[in-house]
Amino acid sequence: MSTSFESDEQLDTLGMFCPMPIIMTSKRFKQMEIGKVLEVLSDDEGIKQDMPAWCETTGQEFVGLEEEDDGTRQVFKTFVKKIKA
Amino acid sequence: MTTVMTPELAPEAVLNGLQETKTDSVTIVVLSGDMDKAMAAFIIATGAASMGMKVTMFFTFWGLNMLRRKGEKSSAKDWLRRLFGLLNRGGAETLPLSKFHFMGVGTSMMKKVMKQNKMPGIPELMEIAEDLGVRYIACTTTMGLLGVTKDTLIDSVDQYAGVATYLAEAKNGSVNLFI
Repeated sequence: MSTSFESDEQLDTLGMFCPMPIIMTSKRFKQMEIGKVLEVLSDDEGIKQDMPAWCETTGQEFVGLEEEDDGTRQVFKTFVKKIKA
Repeated sequence: MTTVMTPELAPEAVLNGLQETKTDSVTIVVLSGDMDKAMAAFIIATGAASMGMKVTMFFTFWGLNMLRRKGEKSSAKDWLRRLFGLLNRGGAETLPLSKFHFMGVGTSMMKKVMKQNKMPGIPELMEIAEDLGVRYIACTTTMGLLGVTKDTLIDSVDQYAGVATYLAEAKNGSVNLFI
């Protein structure tokens, strides 16, 4: 499938449940440079709502979401841009 | 960075400044010593901390059990409270489920399923919480009542306090939970 969003870094949270994806995202964000985009892979559908909510609360930018079926499960890719420290 | 607000600033500027500097805070009273309820408490606490909120957890009654070190006996002087400490097991890894505990069989089955699904248990969640700066307050009244002494609690307890400390913290909070 074609990728419509570009990312600088990737974070794999496949197989993990809430709250791990957002905790790992927030940890990674602490090390990331401002302006970079992180792609978070998750198979927990809650991420579709949780990631925009995390961005709104922390003041980071939610870039977009892609859904993909890898044959065994649905994979949700969320793209988040670090816009502040 | 400190923002100094001066009276000659326009009201919108003051409001924006406040919104920028104000950190949302979450306070959670953990009364239950059940594994499932403790999981909910720590999932909310770690989630909030990772969203940049200041999180304080106040442990009282059975909730205090997860701050106790496993196998640690009560060092209370009188036999009644020492007996109580013996019957009331402590340790984050020993918490029972509120339902389907079945003398421990149900709880260990649940733990197995959680492990298979890479779900963190209470000890792991507590480690994450401490790492993210979640503050723990142990209720001194419960400690006295149940014969739990400071030396039998884990090192990550930030404060030993009572209701006034909790309320002083909670009145500034935007999210207050009782679990």
